[in-house]
Amino acid sequence: MLDKVVVANRGAVAARVLRALNSLGVSSVAVYSDADADAPYLALASETFHIGAAPARESYLNQDALLEVLRVSHADGLHPGYGFLSENHRFAQRVQDAGACFVGPSPRWIDAMGHKTRARELAAQHGLPVGRGTGVLLGDSQAMLRAAEQIGYPVLVKPAAGGGGIGMIAVYKPEELAAAVERAASLAERGFANAEVYLERLVERPRHVEIQVLGDSTGAVRHLFERDCSVQRRHQKIIEEAPAPAIAREHVERLAAQVAQVLGRIGYDNIGTVEMLMGPDGQFSFLEMNTRLQVEHGVTEEVTGVDLVAAQLRSAAGESLSEILPARIAMDGHAIQARVYAEDSKRFFPSPGPLQRFRPPRGEGIRVETGYREGQQVTAHYDPLLAKVIAHAPTRQAAISRLVEALEAFEIQGVKNNVPALVAILRSDEFRSGRVHTGLAAEVLARVR
Amino acid sequence: MATYEARSEVTGSVWNVVCEVGQRLEPGDTVMVIESMKMEIPVIAEDGGVVKEILVAKGTAVTEGQPVAVLEAK
Repeated sequence: MLDKVVVANRGAVAARVLRALNSLGVSSVAVYSDADADAPYLALASETFHIGAAPARESYLNQDALLEVLRVSHADGLHPGYGFLSENHRFAQRVQDAGACFVGPSPRWIDAMGHKTRARELAAQHGLPVGRGTGVLLGDSQAMLRAAEQIGYPVLVKPAAGGGGIGMIAVYKPEELAAAVERAASLAERGFANAEVYLERLVERPRHVEIQVLGDSTGAVRHLFERDCSVQRRHQKIIEEAPAPAIAREHVERLAAQVAQVLGRIGYDNIGTVEMLMGPDGQFSFLEMNTRLQVEHGVTEEVTGVDLVAAQLRSAAGESLSEILPARIAMDGHAIQARVYAEDSKRFFPSPGPLQRFRPPRGEGIRVETGYREGQQVTAHYDPLLAKVIAHAPTRQAAISRLVEALEAFEIQGVKNNVPALVAILRSDEFRSGRVHTGLAAEVLARVR
Repeated sequence: MATYEARSEVTGSVWNVVCEVGQRLEPGDTVMVIESMKMEIPVIAEDGGVVKEILVAKGTAVTEGQPVAVLEAK
Protein backbone atom coordinates (compact mmCIF):
# COMPACT_ATOMS: atom_id res chain seq x y z
CA MET A 1 0.00 0.00 0.00
CA LEU A 2 1.02 3.62 -0.38
CA ASP A 3 2.51 5.39 2.66
CA LYS A 4 1.37 8.95 2.14
CA VAL A 5 -0.99 10.48 -0.42
CA VAL A 6 -1.49 14.12 -1.43
CA VAL A 7 -5.14 15.00 -2.06
CA ALA A 8 -4.93 17.54 -4.88
CA ASN A 9 -8.46 18.86 -4.60
CA ARG A 10 -10.95 20.67 -2.38
CA GLY A 11 -14.50 20.45 -1.07
CA ALA A 12 -16.61 17.31 -0.81
CA VAL A 13 -14.23 15.11 -2.80
CA ALA A 14 -11.20 16.12 -0.73
CA ALA A 15 -13.15 15.18 2.40
CA ARG A 16 -14.17 11.86 0.83
CA VAL A 17 -10.64 10.88 -0.24
CA LEU A 18 -9.17 11.89 3.13
CA ARG A 19 -11.69 9.61 4.87
CA ALA A 20 -10.73 6.73 2.59
CA LEU A 21 -7.03 7.28 3.29
CA ASN A 22 -7.69 7.32 7.04
CA SER A 23 -9.68 4.08 6.79
CA LEU A 24 -6.76 2.44 4.97
CA GLY A 25 -4.24 3.73 7.52
CA VAL A 26 -2.43 5.80 4.87
CA SER A 27 -1.00 9.20 5.87
CA SER A 28 -2.63 12.08 4.05
CA VAL A 29 -1.68 15.53 2.86
CA ALA A 30 -4.41 18.09 2.23
CA VAL A 31 -3.84 21.27 0.24
CA TYR A 32 -5.81 24.51 0.39
CA SER A 33 -6.09 27.89 -1.27
CA ASP A 34 -6.64 31.18 0.55
CA ALA A 35 -10.40 30.64 0.17
CA ASP A 36 -10.39 27.21 1.83
CA ALA A 37 -8.15 27.87 4.85
CA ASP A 38 -11.17 27.24 7.15
CA ALA A 39 -12.41 24.11 5.39
CA PRO A 40 -13.49 21.47 7.91
CA TYR A 41 -11.91 18.51 6.10
CA LEU A 42 -8.39 19.89 6.60
CA ALA A 43 -8.65 18.50 10.14
CA LEU A 44 -8.85 14.96 8.67
CA ALA A 45 -5.38 15.20 7.10
CA SER A 46 -2.05 14.25 8.66
CA GLU A 47 -0.49 17.37 7.10
CA THR A 48 -1.78 20.44 5.30
CA PHE A 49 -0.13 22.77 2.81
CA HIS A 50 -1.22 26.18 1.56
CA ILE A 51 -0.83 26.19 -2.23
CA GLY A 52 -1.88 29.64 -3.39
CA ALA A 53 -4.51 32.28 -3.92
CA ALA A 54 -8.22 31.58 -4.34
CA PRO A 55 -8.44 31.48 -8.18
CA ALA A 56 -8.08 27.84 -9.23
CA ARG A 57 -5.28 28.52 -11.73
CA GLU A 58 -3.17 29.84 -8.85
CA SER A 59 -3.93 26.90 -6.53
CA TYR A 60 -5.81 23.71 -7.48
CA LEU A 61 -4.75 23.98 -11.14
CA ASN A 62 -1.22 25.04 -10.25
CA GLN A 63 0.80 21.96 -11.22
CA ASP A 64 4.12 23.29 -9.95
CA ALA A 65 2.69 24.10 -6.51
CA LEU A 66 1.16 20.62 -6.21
CA LEU A 67 4.35 18.88 -7.33
CA GLU A 68 6.24 20.94 -4.78
CA VAL A 69 3.89 19.67 -2.04
CA LEU A 70 4.50 16.13 -3.26
CA ARG A 71 8.27 16.69 -3.00
CA VAL A 72 8.34 18.51 0.34
CA SER A 73 5.94 16.09 2.06
CA HIS A 74 7.78 13.02 0.73
CA ALA A 75 4.43 11.53 -0.30
CA ASP A 76 4.46 8.51 -2.62
CA GLY A 77 1.03 9.08 -4.15
CA LEU A 78 -1.33 11.82 -5.37
CA HIS A 79 -5.10 11.54 -5.66
CA PRO A 80 -6.53 14.12 -8.07
CA GLY A 81 -10.22 13.84 -7.04
CA TYR A 82 -12.53 14.93 -9.86
CA GLY A 83 -12.47 18.14 -11.88
CA PHE A 84 -9.35 20.36 -11.74
CA LEU A 85 -6.32 18.26 -12.87
CA SER A 86 -7.96 14.84 -12.61
CA GLU A 87 -8.09 14.31 -16.39
CA ASN A 88 -4.89 16.11 -17.32
CA HIS A 89 -2.57 13.43 -18.71
CA ARG A 90 0.46 15.74 -18.65
CA PHE A 91 0.00 16.34 -14.93
CA ALA A 92 -0.44 12.60 -14.31
CA GLN A 93 2.82 12.02 -16.20
CA ARG A 94 4.61 14.69 -14.16
CA VAL A 95 3.47 13.02 -10.93
CA GLN A 96 4.85 9.71 -12.18
CA ASP A 97 8.07 11.34 -13.36
CA ALA A 98 8.47 12.71 -9.83
CA GLY A 99 8.55 9.10 -8.67
CA ALA A 100 5.06 9.03 -7.15
CA CYS A 101 1.90 7.08 -7.95
CA PHE A 102 -0.87 8.99 -9.72
CA VAL A 103 -4.10 7.55 -8.31
CA GLY A 104 -5.92 7.07 -11.58
CA PRO A 105 -5.39 5.32 -14.89
CA SER A 106 -2.12 5.55 -16.85
CA PRO A 107 -1.56 8.89 -18.58
CA ARG A 108 -2.02 7.21 -21.98
CA TRP A 109 -5.62 6.26 -21.07
CA ILE A 110 -6.39 9.74 -19.76
CA ASP A 111 -5.04 11.12 -23.03
CA ALA A 112 -6.85 8.60 -25.26
CA MET A 113 -10.25 9.12 -23.63
CA GLY A 114 -9.87 12.88 -23.13
CA HIS A 115 -10.24 13.51 -26.83
CA LYS A 116 -13.87 12.82 -27.72
CA THR A 117 -13.58 11.78 -31.35
CA ARG A 118 -10.58 9.53 -30.67
CA ALA A 119 -12.49 7.93 -27.76
CA ARG A 120 -15.49 7.39 -30.06
CA GLU A 121 -13.24 5.74 -32.64
CA LEU A 122 -11.72 3.48 -30.00
CA ALA A 123 -15.18 2.50 -28.72
CA ALA A 124 -16.41 1.77 -32.24
CA GLN A 125 -13.29 -0.28 -33.08
CA HIS A 126 -14.02 -2.53 -30.11
CA GLY A 127 -17.66 -3.03 -30.92
CA LEU A 128 -19.33 -0.68 -28.43
CA PRO A 129 -22.43 1.00 -29.85
CA VAL A 130 -21.54 4.47 -31.12
CA GLY A 131 -24.06 6.94 -32.58
CA ARG A 132 -23.57 8.61 -35.95
CA GLY A 133 -21.03 11.42 -35.87
CA THR A 134 -17.96 12.93 -37.49
CA GLY A 135 -14.29 13.26 -36.68
CA VAL A 136 -12.89 16.71 -35.91
CA LEU A 137 -14.29 19.27 -38.39
CA LEU A 138 -11.63 20.70 -40.65
CA GLY A 139 -13.26 24.02 -41.54
CA ASP A 140 -14.53 23.10 -45.01
CA SER A 141 -18.10 24.39 -44.85
CA GLN A 142 -19.37 22.28 -47.77
CA ALA A 143 -17.96 19.09 -46.24
CA MET A 144 -19.49 20.10 -42.92
CA LEU A 145 -22.94 20.50 -44.45
CA ARG A 146 -22.65 17.16 -46.23
CA ALA A 147 -21.59 15.46 -42.98
CA ALA A 148 -24.52 16.96 -41.08
CA GLU A 149 -26.87 15.87 -43.86
CA GLN A 150 -25.53 12.33 -43.63
CA ILE A 151 -25.94 12.21 -39.84
CA GLY A 152 -29.42 13.70 -40.14
CA TYR A 153 -30.74 16.79 -38.34
CA PRO A 154 -30.88 17.70 -35.55
CA VAL A 155 -27.14 17.49 -34.92
CA LEU A 156 -25.09 18.52 -31.92
CA VAL A 157 -21.86 20.53 -32.29
CA LYS A 158 -19.45 19.48 -29.54
CA PRO A 159 -15.91 20.42 -28.47
CA ALA A 160 -13.53 17.48 -28.98
CA ALA A 161 -11.57 18.26 -25.82
CA GLY A 162 -14.60 19.33 -23.84
CA GLY A 163 -16.72 18.26 -20.95
CA GLY A 164 -19.41 19.45 -18.60
CA GLY A 165 -21.76 20.45 -21.38
CA ILE A 166 -19.71 23.56 -22.18
CA GLY A 167 -19.76 24.64 -25.82
CA MET A 168 -22.42 22.14 -26.94
CA ILE A 169 -24.86 23.59 -29.46
CA ALA A 170 -27.90 21.90 -31.04
CA VAL A 171 -28.49 22.62 -34.73
CA TYR A 172 -31.89 21.95 -36.30
CA LYS A 173 -31.39 23.41 -39.81
CA PRO A 174 -28.48 23.52 -42.29
CA GLU A 175 -28.52 27.35 -42.37
CA GLU A 176 -27.72 27.43 -38.62
CA LEU A 177 -24.75 25.08 -38.87
CA ALA A 178 -21.87 27.42 -39.78
CA ALA A 179 -22.66 29.95 -37.02
CA ALA A 180 -23.07 27.19 -34.43
CA VAL A 181 -19.74 25.61 -35.37
CA GLU A 182 -18.00 28.97 -35.12
CA ARG A 183 -19.53 29.73 -31.72
CA ALA A 184 -18.80 26.24 -30.37
CA ALA A 185 -15.18 26.50 -31.53
CA SER A 186 -14.79 29.84 -29.76
CA LEU A 187 -16.30 28.49 -26.52
CA ALA A 188 -14.09 25.39 -26.81
CA GLU A 189 -10.97 27.49 -27.33
CA ARG A 190 -11.77 29.55 -24.24
CA GLY A 191 -12.92 26.66 -22.06
CA PHE A 192 -10.44 23.95 -23.02
CA ALA A 193 -7.68 25.75 -24.96
CA ASN A 194 -8.58 23.57 -27.94
CA ALA A 195 -10.93 24.83 -30.67
CA GLU A 196 -11.59 21.41 -32.24
CA VAL A 197 -15.27 20.58 -32.63
CA TYR A 198 -17.20 17.70 -34.19
CA LEU A 199 -20.77 16.72 -34.99
CA GLU A 200 -22.86 14.08 -33.34
CA ARG A 201 -26.43 12.94 -33.91
CA LEU A 202 -28.67 14.73 -31.39
CA VAL A 203 -30.70 12.12 -29.55
CA GLU A 204 -33.88 13.80 -28.35
CA ARG A 205 -35.10 13.11 -24.83
CA PRO A 206 -32.32 10.60 -24.20
CA ARG A 207 -31.48 8.92 -20.95
CA HIS A 208 -27.98 9.17 -19.58
CA VAL A 209 -26.84 5.77 -18.33
CA GLU A 210 -23.25 5.15 -17.26
CA ILE A 211 -21.26 2.07 -16.37
CA GLN A 212 -18.86 2.13 -13.41
CA VAL A 213 -15.69 0.12 -13.92
CA LEU A 214 -12.55 -0.65 -11.97
CA GLY A 215 -9.36 -2.00 -13.50
CA ASP A 216 -6.08 -3.07 -11.95
CA SER A 217 -2.44 -2.72 -12.98
CA THR A 218 -2.59 -6.05 -14.85
CA GLY A 219 -5.40 -4.72 -17.02
CA ALA A 220 -8.15 -6.85 -15.47
CA VAL A 221 -11.45 -4.91 -15.47
CA ARG A 222 -14.77 -5.44 -13.72
CA HIS A 223 -17.94 -3.38 -13.74
CA LEU A 224 -19.99 -2.28 -10.75
CA PHE A 225 -23.25 -1.91 -12.64
CA GLU A 226 -24.78 1.32 -13.85
CA ARG A 227 -26.06 4.68 -12.71
CA ASP A 228 -28.80 6.72 -14.31
CA CYS A 229 -27.88 10.41 -14.42
CA SER A 230 -30.61 11.71 -16.71
CA VAL A 231 -31.85 14.50 -14.48
CA GLN A 232 -29.74 17.50 -15.48
CA ARG A 233 -29.77 21.26 -15.63
CA ARG A 234 -27.53 23.09 -18.16
CA HIS A 235 -26.25 19.66 -19.31
CA GLN A 236 -25.00 18.98 -15.78
CA LYS A 237 -26.25 16.20 -13.55
CA ILE A 238 -28.29 17.08 -10.47
CA ILE A 239 -29.92 13.75 -9.53
CA GLU A 240 -28.22 10.36 -9.98
CA GLU A 241 -29.33 6.89 -9.03
CA ALA A 242 -28.46 3.21 -9.07
CA PRO A 243 -29.83 0.98 -10.41
CA ALA A 244 -31.26 2.72 -13.50
CA PRO A 245 -35.07 2.61 -13.22
CA ALA A 246 -37.44 1.13 -15.79
CA ILE A 247 -34.86 -0.73 -17.89
CA ALA A 248 -34.83 -4.53 -18.22
CA ARG A 249 -31.94 -5.78 -16.07
CA GLU A 250 -30.60 -8.06 -18.82
CA HIS A 251 -30.51 -5.13 -21.27
CA VAL A 252 -28.31 -2.93 -19.07
CA GLU A 253 -26.24 -5.78 -17.58
CA ARG A 254 -25.37 -7.01 -21.06
CA LEU A 255 -24.05 -3.52 -21.80
CA ALA A 256 -22.11 -3.40 -18.51
CA ALA A 257 -20.52 -6.77 -19.23
CA GLN A 258 -19.59 -5.67 -22.75
CA VAL A 259 -18.02 -2.44 -21.47
CA ALA A 260 -15.94 -4.31 -18.89
CA GLN A 261 -14.86 -6.84 -21.51
CA VAL A 262 -13.73 -4.16 -23.97
CA LEU A 263 -11.81 -2.21 -21.31
CA GLY A 264 -10.20 -5.43 -20.11
CA ARG A 265 -9.15 -6.22 -23.68
CA ILE A 266 -7.40 -2.87 -24.08
CA GLY A 267 -5.85 -3.00 -20.59
CA TYR A 268 -7.55 -0.13 -18.82
CA ASP A 269 -5.97 0.06 -15.37
CA ASN A 270 -7.89 2.04 -12.74
CA ILE A 271 -11.29 3.61 -12.01
CA GLY A 272 -13.44 4.87 -14.85
CA THR A 273 -16.95 5.47 -16.07
CA VAL A 274 -18.32 4.88 -19.55
CA GLU A 275 -21.18 7.26 -20.27
CA MET A 276 -23.86 6.13 -22.72
CA LEU A 277 -27.00 7.73 -24.08
CA MET A 278 -30.11 5.61 -24.36
CA GLY A 279 -32.57 6.72 -27.02
CA PRO A 280 -36.35 6.39 -26.72
CA ASP A 281 -35.94 3.18 -28.77
CA GLY A 282 -33.79 1.64 -26.01
CA GLN A 283 -30.60 1.78 -28.12
CA PHE A 284 -27.41 2.71 -26.29
CA SER A 285 -24.71 4.86 -27.86
CA PHE A 286 -21.26 5.68 -26.48
CA LEU A 287 -20.95 9.25 -25.24
CA GLU A 288 -17.58 9.45 -23.52
CA MET A 289 -15.38 7.88 -20.92
CA ASN A 290 -14.37 9.65 -17.72
CA THR A 291 -11.00 8.43 -16.48
CA ARG A 292 -11.49 9.37 -12.84
CA LEU A 293 -13.75 9.05 -9.83
CA GLN A 294 -17.20 10.52 -10.54
CA VAL A 295 -19.15 13.01 -8.41
CA GLU A 296 -21.92 10.40 -8.18
CA HIS A 297 -19.77 7.42 -7.12
CA GLY A 298 -21.58 7.33 -3.77
CA VAL A 299 -24.80 5.80 -5.13
CA THR A 300 -22.82 2.84 -6.47
CA GLU A 301 -21.08 2.48 -3.11
CA GLU A 302 -24.43 2.42 -1.32
CA VAL A 303 -25.99 -0.33 -3.45
CA THR A 304 -22.87 -2.50 -3.90
CA GLY A 305 -21.25 -1.99 -0.49
CA VAL A 306 -17.89 -1.40 -2.22
CA ASP A 307 -15.79 1.58 -1.06
CA LEU A 308 -14.82 2.83 -4.52
CA VAL A 309 -12.23 5.34 -3.34
CA ALA A 310 -10.43 2.76 -1.21
CA ALA A 311 -10.68 0.31 -4.13
CA GLN A 312 -9.21 2.91 -6.49
CA LEU A 313 -6.31 3.57 -4.10
CA ARG A 314 -5.61 -0.14 -3.63
CA SER A 315 -5.65 -0.71 -7.39
CA ALA A 316 -3.26 2.21 -7.94
CA ALA A 317 -0.96 0.74 -5.28
CA GLY A 318 -0.73 -2.50 -7.27
CA GLU A 319 -3.27 -4.81 -5.64
CA SER A 320 -5.21 -7.05 -8.00
CA LEU A 321 -8.97 -6.91 -8.50
CA SER A 322 -9.34 -10.34 -6.93
CA GLU A 323 -7.86 -8.94 -3.72
CA ILE A 324 -9.81 -5.68 -3.85
CA LEU A 325 -13.33 -6.70 -4.84
CA PRO A 326 -15.59 -9.46 -3.51
CA ALA A 327 -15.93 -12.45 -5.85
CA ARG A 328 -19.56 -11.63 -6.48
CA ILE A 329 -20.89 -8.08 -6.52
CA ALA A 330 -24.64 -7.58 -6.29
CA MET A 331 -26.86 -4.56 -5.91
CA ASP A 332 -28.84 -4.20 -2.72
CA GLY A 333 -31.81 -1.82 -2.79
CA HIS A 334 -31.82 1.57 -4.48
CA ALA A 335 -29.75 4.71 -3.93
CA ILE A 336 -30.41 8.25 -5.18
CA GLN A 337 -28.17 11.29 -4.87
CA ALA A 338 -29.22 14.94 -5.08
CA ARG A 339 -26.62 17.64 -5.65
CA VAL A 340 -27.33 20.63 -3.45
CA TYR A 341 -25.97 23.73 -5.16
CA ALA A 342 -25.57 27.33 -4.03
CA GLU A 343 -27.78 28.64 -6.80
CA ASP A 344 -31.33 29.87 -7.09
CA SER A 345 -34.00 27.28 -7.80
CA LYS A 346 -35.53 29.04 -10.78
CA ARG A 347 -32.79 30.26 -13.11
CA PHE A 348 -29.91 28.30 -11.55
CA PHE A 349 -27.90 31.50 -11.10
CA PRO A 350 -24.93 31.02 -8.77
CA SER A 351 -25.22 32.43 -5.27
CA PRO A 352 -21.96 32.73 -3.34
CA GLY A 353 -22.12 34.03 0.23
CA PRO A 354 -21.69 33.18 3.91
CA LEU A 355 -23.19 29.94 5.21
CA GLN A 356 -24.99 31.63 8.10
CA ARG A 357 -26.78 28.38 8.79
CA PHE A 358 -25.72 25.00 7.41
CA ARG A 359 -27.23 21.92 9.06
CA PRO A 360 -27.11 18.84 6.84
CA PRO A 361 -29.82 16.25 7.49
CA ARG A 362 -29.20 12.97 9.30
CA GLY A 363 -31.20 9.81 9.40
CA GLU A 364 -31.38 6.15 8.58
CA GLY A 365 -30.15 5.48 5.04
CA ILE A 366 -28.99 9.09 4.59
CA ARG A 367 -25.42 9.99 3.73
CA VAL A 368 -24.17 13.53 3.20
CA GLU A 369 -20.91 14.41 1.46
CA THR A 370 -19.80 18.01 1.89
CA GLY A 371 -16.68 20.14 2.20
CA TYR A 372 -18.44 22.98 4.04
CA ARG A 373 -19.52 23.81 7.56
CA GLU A 374 -21.66 26.50 9.12
CA GLY A 375 -19.99 29.91 9.22
CA GLN A 376 -17.82 29.27 6.18
CA GLN A 377 -17.84 31.49 3.11
CA VAL A 378 -18.93 29.98 -0.22
CA THR A 379 -16.85 31.87 -2.77
CA ALA A 380 -17.41 32.56 -6.46
CA HIS A 381 -14.09 30.90 -7.34
CA TYR A 382 -15.26 27.27 -7.47
CA ASP A 383 -18.26 25.24 -8.53
CA PRO A 384 -21.51 25.75 -6.60
CA LEU A 385 -21.73 22.28 -4.99
CA LEU A 386 -22.58 22.63 -1.29
CA ALA A 387 -23.34 19.00 -0.53
CA LYS A 388 -24.42 15.69 -1.99
CA VAL A 389 -27.31 14.05 -0.17
CA ILE A 390 -27.59 10.31 -0.81
CA ALA A 391 -30.56 8.19 0.24
CA HIS A 392 -30.42 4.39 0.28
CA ALA A 393 -33.52 2.25 0.82
CA PRO A 394 -34.86 -1.19 -0.14
CA THR A 395 -36.94 0.20 -3.04
CA ARG A 396 -36.79 3.19 -5.38
CA GLN A 397 -40.00 4.67 -4.00
CA ALA A 398 -38.68 4.41 -0.44
CA ALA A 399 -35.38 6.00 -1.50
CA ILE A 400 -37.26 8.90 -3.12
CA SER A 401 -39.32 9.48 0.05
CA ARG A 402 -36.24 9.29 2.22
CA LEU A 403 -34.35 11.76 0.01
CA VAL A 404 -37.23 14.25 -0.11
CA GLU A 405 -37.54 14.12 3.67
CA ALA A 406 -33.79 14.65 4.10
CA LEU A 407 -33.66 17.55 1.63
CA GLU A 408 -36.57 19.27 3.35
CA ALA A 409 -34.76 18.95 6.68
CA PHE A 410 -31.54 20.50 5.26
CA GLU A 411 -31.17 23.93 6.88
CA ILE A 412 -29.30 26.39 4.69
CA GLN A 413 -29.24 30.16 5.16
CA GLY A 414 -27.00 32.84 3.72
CA VAL A 415 -26.88 31.53 0.16
CA LYS A 416 -29.70 30.63 -2.21
CA ASN A 417 -29.96 26.94 -2.89
CA ASN A 418 -31.62 24.56 -5.34
CA VAL A 419 -33.37 22.37 -2.75
CA PRO A 420 -36.87 23.50 -3.85
CA ALA A 421 -36.06 22.47 -7.44
CA LEU A 422 -34.67 19.09 -6.34
CA VAL A 423 -37.75 18.37 -4.23
CA ALA A 424 -40.12 19.39 -7.05
CA ILE A 425 -38.36 17.00 -9.43
CA LEU A 426 -38.24 14.11 -6.95
CA ARG A 427 -41.96 14.55 -6.24
CA SER A 428 -43.01 14.75 -9.91
CA ASP A 429 -44.99 11.91 -11.51
CA GLU A 430 -42.42 11.77 -14.34
CA PHE A 431 -39.55 11.07 -11.97
CA ARG A 432 -41.55 8.69 -9.77
CA SER A 433 -42.59 6.68 -12.82
CA GLY A 434 -38.91 6.11 -13.68
CA ARG A 435 -39.44 7.41 -17.21
CA VAL A 436 -36.54 9.81 -16.86
CA HIS A 437 -34.77 11.71 -19.65
CA THR A 438 -32.41 14.67 -19.89
CA GLY A 439 -35.25 17.13 -20.52
CA LEU A 440 -37.19 16.08 -17.42
CA ALA A 441 -35.85 18.70 -15.01
CA ALA A 442 -36.64 21.59 -17.36
CA GLU A 443 -40.13 20.25 -18.08
CA VAL A 444 -41.03 19.74 -14.42
CA LEU A 445 -39.60 23.09 -13.33
CA ALA A 446 -41.39 24.96 -16.12
CA ARG A 447 -44.66 23.54 -14.79
CA VAL A 448 -44.19 24.29 -11.09
CA ARG A 449 -43.08 27.89 -11.64
CA MET B 1 -34.59 60.57 -21.67
CA ALA B 2 -34.35 58.30 -18.66
CA THR B 3 -31.10 56.99 -17.30
CA TYR B 4 -30.99 53.65 -15.55
CA GLU B 5 -28.40 51.34 -14.09
CA ALA B 6 -27.70 47.87 -15.38
CA ARG B 7 -27.05 45.62 -12.36
CA SER B 8 -25.28 42.33 -11.88
CA GLU B 9 -27.69 39.57 -10.90
CA VAL B 10 -24.94 37.55 -9.23
CA THR B 11 -21.92 37.91 -7.02
CA GLY B 12 -18.76 37.18 -8.98
CA SER B 13 -16.18 38.97 -11.08
CA VAL B 14 -16.32 40.79 -14.41
CA TRP B 15 -15.30 38.30 -17.09
CA ASN B 16 -15.67 40.58 -20.07
CA VAL B 17 -17.11 44.00 -20.87
CA VAL B 18 -18.73 43.71 -24.29
CA CYS B 19 -19.89 47.30 -24.91
CA GLU B 20 -18.29 50.77 -25.02
CA VAL B 21 -19.32 54.16 -23.74
CA GLY B 22 -21.42 55.86 -26.41
CA GLN B 23 -22.58 52.59 -27.95
CA ARG B 24 -26.32 52.15 -28.58
CA LEU B 25 -27.74 48.85 -27.33
CA GLU B 26 -31.04 47.20 -28.19
CA PRO B 27 -33.27 46.02 -25.34
CA GLY B 28 -31.94 42.62 -24.21
CA ASP B 29 -28.38 43.19 -25.48
CA THR B 30 -25.51 42.10 -23.27
CA VAL B 31 -23.58 44.83 -21.42
CA MET B 32 -20.98 42.59 -19.81
CA VAL B 33 -20.49 39.02 -18.65
CA ILE B 34 -20.02 38.13 -14.97
CA GLU B 35 -18.22 34.93 -14.04
CA SER B 36 -19.30 33.17 -10.89
CA MET B 37 -18.85 29.58 -9.74
CA LYS B 38 -17.62 28.48 -13.17
CA MET B 39 -20.70 29.95 -14.87
CA GLU B 40 -21.00 32.98 -17.09
CA ILE B 41 -24.00 35.19 -16.39
CA PRO B 42 -24.67 38.15 -18.70
CA VAL B 43 -25.76 41.60 -17.51
CA ILE B 44 -28.54 42.66 -19.85
CA ALA B 45 -29.56 46.17 -20.97
CA GLU B 46 -33.25 45.59 -20.19
CA ASP B 47 -34.46 48.71 -21.97
CA GLY B 48 -31.56 49.17 -24.36
CA GLY B 49 -30.23 52.71 -24.93
CA VAL B 50 -26.91 54.50 -25.09
CA VAL B 51 -24.12 53.43 -22.73
CA LYS B 52 -23.26 56.53 -20.66
CA GLU B 53 -20.81 55.02 -18.19
CA ILE B 54 -19.19 51.68 -17.42
CA LEU B 55 -18.69 51.40 -13.66
CA VAL B 56 -16.49 48.31 -13.36
CA ALA B 57 -13.48 47.00 -15.27
CA LYS B 58 -12.65 43.49 -16.38
CA GLY B 59 -11.59 41.38 -13.41
CA THR B 60 -13.38 43.51 -10.80
CA ALA B 61 -15.33 41.71 -8.08
CA VAL B 62 -19.04 42.57 -8.08
CA THR B 63 -21.86 41.70 -5.70
CA GLU B 64 -25.45 40.75 -6.47
CA GLY B 65 -27.48 43.84 -7.29
CA GLN B 66 -24.43 46.08 -7.82
CA PRO B 67 -24.81 48.66 -10.63
CA VAL B 68 -22.19 47.96 -13.32
CA ALA B 69 -23.17 50.42 -16.08
CA VAL B 70 -25.34 53.48 -16.64
CA LEU B 71 -27.52 53.64 -19.74
CA GLU B 72 -29.81 56.28 -21.18
CA ALA B 73 -32.96 54.87 -22.71
CA LYS B 74 -35.08 56.72 -25.26
